[in-house]
Parts: sequence; C-alpha cells; structure tokens
Amino acid sequence: MTGGGRWGRWVVIGIPYLWMVVLFLVPFLIVAKISLSTSIIAAPPYEPVFASLAEVWTKIGDFTAMNYGRLISESIYVESYLSSVWIALSSTVLMLFVAYPLAYGMARAPKAWRPTLLMMVILPFWTSFLIRVYAWIGILSEEGLLNWVLVSLGLVDEPITFLATTRAVYIGIIYSYLPFMVLPLYSSLEKLDDTLIEAAQDLGCTPLQAFWRVTFPLSVPGVIAGSFLVFIPAVGEFVIPDLLGGSDTVMIGKTLWEEFFNNRDWPAASAVAITLLMLLVVPIVVFQNAQAKAQEAER
Amino acid sequence: MAKTLGPVRRKFAPWNDPAAKPLIEFRNVVKRFGDFTAVDDVSLGIYEREFFALLGPSGCGKTTLMRMLAGFEHPSEGAILLAGTDLAGKQPYERPVNMMFQSYALFPHMSVEKNIGFGLVMDKMPKADIEVRVAEMLKLTKLEKFAKRKPHQLSGGQRQRVALARSLAKRPKVLLLDEPLGALDKKLREETQFELMDLQQQLGMTFLIVTHDQEEAMTVADRIAVMDHGKLIQVAGPSEIYEQPNSRYVADFIGDINLIEGRVSGIEGGTIRIEGTSPAVPLVVDDAIATTVGATVWLAVRPEKVRIAHEAPADVSHNAVAGTVWDIAYIGDVSVYHVKLDSGATIRATVANVDRTVERPIGWEDRVWLFWSRSSGVVLTS
Repeated sequence: MTGGGRWGRWVVIGIPYLWMVVLFLVPFLIVAKISLSTSIIAAPPYEPVFASLAEVWTKIGDFTAMNYGRLISESIYVESYLSSVWIALSSTVLMLFVAYPLAYGMARAPKAWRPTLLMMVILPFWTSFLIRVYAWIGILSEEGLLNWVLVSLGLVDEPITFLATTRAVYIGIIYSYLPFMVLPLYSSLEKLDDTLIEAAQDLGCTPLQAFWRVTFPLSVPGVIAGSFLVFIPAVGEFVIPDLLGGSDTVMIGKTLWEEFFNNRDWPAASAVAITLLMLLVVPIVVFQNAQAKAQEAER
Repeated sequence: MAKTLGPVRRKFAPWNDPAAKPLIEFRNVVKRFGDFTAVDDVSLGIYEREFFALLGPSGCGKTTLMRMLAGFEHPSEGAILLAGTDLAGKQPYERPVNMMFQSYALFPHMSVEKNIGFGLVMDKMPKADIEVRVAEMLKLTKLEKFAKRKPHQLSGGQRQRVALARSLAKRPKVLLLDEPLGALDKKLREETQFELMDLQQQLGMTFLIVTHDQEEAMTVADRIAVMDHGKLIQVAGPSEIYEQPNSRYVADFIGDINLIEGRVSGIEGGTIRIEGTSPAVPLVVDDAIATTVGATVWLAVRPEKVRIAHEAPADVSHNAVAGTVWDIAYIGDVSVYHVKLDSGATIRATVANVDRTVERPIGWEDRVWLFWSRSSGVVLTS
C-alpha cells in the first residue's frame, strides 16, 4: 500500500472519531465536571470549574458526600431510576407482543406487498415525534377519540381516565418506539428460509410447534436487537412522561429536566445524567456482545 | 414393451407382476397454479423397496409431483394413495414420508445430532431410544466426529449427509430426495450416488428421487419416469429408457442420439424400411412398432452404435451411408466423429479409444462409411 493510501485511511477513520470527540466526549467531560461542582445562585449556576488537577482528585475523593451522594440518600432519585427501568422494561416486553405478530405478518406477506408494509411502519417518522405525542393527548383525553369509541360501542358507561396516568405513558412508549422493535424483528424473520419450516413440518411439527422450535429461536437476534433499541432510549424518555404521564409517573428523564430547569441545580442534574449513562452502559455492552455473537454465528 | 434389453440389475421388477400392489399411487393427478398446469393428469404406481426417479428439465413438474406426496402442495384433481390410504387432507406432519430438501434445510441453531434427532423428538420417542437411533444414523452416514457441530461448521458434503441422516432417522415408509446431490461436485456426487444405492438396499426403504441429471437417474434408479410439461412421457428401467425410448423427446433427453427423419416405405414382419431425403438410401430397422406405410417416422440411433471406417462394410445387411469427416471431438475415453453425409445431414459416431496412440486412423475431411446393424436403431413415431 502506498503512503497516500494509508493517509487516506486515517482520514476516513479520523473524521468520525473527531466528530465523536468534539460533540460527545467534550460535552460529556463538561457535564462530568459540573456534576462535581456545587450549586450557587449565579450565571452559570455552579461554582467555577476547579482550578488544578489536584483539586479534581480531592473532589472525586469525596464525591459521595456531594451530588452523587444525594442520588442515593434522596429517595426521589432512586425511585425515578427504578421506575424508569421498570416502565422501560415492561413496555419493551409488552411491545414484543405487539411487534412480533406485526413483523411476522409482514415477513410472511407476499413479496410484492412487503415494501409497502415496511413503508407504513416507517411513515410516522415523517412527522415530528413531539407532534405525534401531542396527538395522543387528543386521543386519550376524557372527551378524546378512544373514550368516544368505547362509550359509543357501549363497552364502558363513562369515560376512562387515560391521560395523566402511567397507562398513558405505556401507550405512548409502545406507540412511539414500535418501529424500532418491528424493523429488527422483520429483518430477522424475513431472512428465514421457508424450507426450514417445511422441513420441521415434514419431520412431524404442527405449524405451532414449527414456530416455537424453528422460527422463534432463529428470530432471537432480532428480539434482542429490538428490545435494546427500545429499552435504552425508553429509560431516559422525557417527552412522553411529561406530556402523557401524571405527577405520579416519575421517570428519570423528567426528574433530570426538573432539576435543570425548575430547581436550576445544574450539578445535581449533571450527576443524575452521568449516573444514567453509567447505568445504561451495561445493557449497551451486553447488546454489542449479542450482536457480535449473532454475526459470528451467521458466518 | 415386448423386448427386454440389457442385463437385469437385480431380480426386482414388481411392476411386471400384475398381482403386486403399488405402495404409492398417483391417480390422474392434476396440479394447477393459476393458469399454469404444473402436473397434467399423471397416473403412476411406485412399489415398495423401489428406487424411483423423476427425471426432467426444470419446470417439468417433477418437484411439484414430489411435494404433493410430501403434503406441501395439494392436487387440483385426482388422488394420491399411500399403502392404499388416500392422503387427501393429511398434513405434512401426519404423513409417513420424509423429505431430503435440495437446500438441505438444516436447522442452523441446532447441532448435527439435534438436527438428526429432531423428528424423533417430535414423535415423543423415549430419550434413550433417540440417542441410540441418532448414534446409528451418525454411524451410517459417517458423521460420528461431527455430532456436536453446527451446520455452518460443516462442508457441503457433510451437510448433505446430515440432511440425509435426518430424513432417514424416522424410518419413513418413503424417502423423498429433491435433487439431493445437486450441490456436490462431480466426484463426490458419483461416490454419493453409490452410497445412496447401498443405503436403500440396506434399509429396504422406498426411495423417490427428483433429478434433472440423467446420469444420476440412470445410476441409482430401478425405474425412471421422464417428464415434460407436467406429463409422464415414459416410465421404464434405465436400459429400456436408453435403448427403447418411446419418443424423440426421451431419446434426445437421455444421452446423445442421431435422429433421421423419413417415411415408412415398407413393413415386413418385424422389419421396417424407411426412406428419406438425407441419407437418400433406404434404411432398414428391426423394430415391431405399430405404424403404417407412408407415415413420417424418425430413426434414432445412438452414436456408439454407429461404426466408422474407410471402406464400405462387408455385411450387406447393415445400414451404410457415406460422408466426409467434418469434426472430431477427442474426449479422452472416446472420440466423437461428426460426419457430414453427401445428402446434407450430420451423423455422429463415437469410437472408444482402445489403443494408446496419438495418431488416429481417421482424420479430418476423410471420406468414410458409417454403418450400423438393423437392430441398433429404434423407430420413433412422435
């Protein structure tokens, strides 16, 4: 390889790395620094960032006494974290039950229909996420579309309160993140060779047994990918609990926002953000590993 | 057919026994996909322990016929019977047949032994018995060393064996093989053909193979059904298919053949006299087929039955034509001479290269005589 070629390769690798350093690592370090600072009434609302490296070490040494310590001692934070993880986890599981049949139906549909079906799943992305969540307020309110349908059909006597409940948050998350679950499931189910199902039936499987013994195990990479793509952003979700949830729905994204903008306690908010990131690194690493393994198995 | 030709491979011919009942029976089976008729009024009986081949070009309906037996397709008309029971309405998992797929269709998430044992698990066979049967299958297909491997860790030949072992494990009444050796290279394919025959004899099962490879069908099968456009053209043993084809289609599809068009000018006992434009000389054939004087027929003669020499044959009873050597294809074991007759047609003659000499006695543009005996040709009416 010529010297020029090697140089070209460094540029190709370097640009995205530079991008990540400038736009992710640097802001992250700034937030990390603020999280070690103390809140004051000023602009910006925190003590100036430490002068020397020695001071950084002292700060880190007693950080539990400071903002990070509050994350454990004040129940609102622990509660928010646990509730976020629980809401994200259960909506991921619920979403699987919605997305799997959808993806399965798409993958089994006649070949000519598949691009259209795929398009219909992606179509909501053409409008703003915020607008779509707002639209759900119209659907879920007491005079909303859903209650009107339920009452007209005589299924309920009086409107059910959906809006400002955790139920609405679940509906919002499942609706908003559905494509992220459907697409990886679809891609793993679409690849599935039909003759495998025939072979299973030939060897004595009923269609249902063939599904559980062949189709489902082979779609597990899609299930894992979809679950992580949904779970990770859902944990930090802010817009949906803010617009659809009530005051009793605590999620870490909302707590973070309140800390930043209502309390103007930037150091505490930064500590919340850094902790959230650390907590999410674990599932992200697990996800990466699962992906790598799946790719290896395919080879 | 009255004439029996060639040596009998083994004394096994239940299709000639009027008392024998076929194991599989196709009765006037028709299969249509929309406007397209894939299988067109097929009636066929396949006997127990028979190795039967469905042979034809792609799209001739052979795979559809097999898939109907497996239960993946359902006949539009007619019935399929297995051991006297109508299979209509029976799901694939209720039929005592197993199929080896062209793509092998091995379950990628299961090891070799799990693949082989899959059908047995579905049959709820006791665990200990499954282990014994799987071990037996691994031994039979020489896969013992690979029991724990996943399909993607195997070579093509090994995967083919796993597919075979898996389809045999349940001891089906009939084993269906859909182009089973299509993905293997020539050497391995030939070896595997003999292994398949041995296995079939050893296990005493009925095998139905679908193939487009005529050599493969000739090698393994007791009987061959040649198909075209959804119809059975001829059903017979390999030697009869080769030596006594019933149509130009079969004659041309199986091996190499010279087809000479002409008109029947005389019928005497078992001898038919044919006259045409090329060659201009009348040809005589010992064949007892039903035809009339004046009918258009084709004389079919295999190139290896045509002899080539510089002089006219001494035996005047032979059919003899003169021409010029146009092309010689030296293949190694044989040489193929393309001889252009004075009347325009080209006839091919193959000569076995029995001597290890580089110089061939007959060269390009030599004047030669081609001749064949009266019994070497077949008269075809369609």
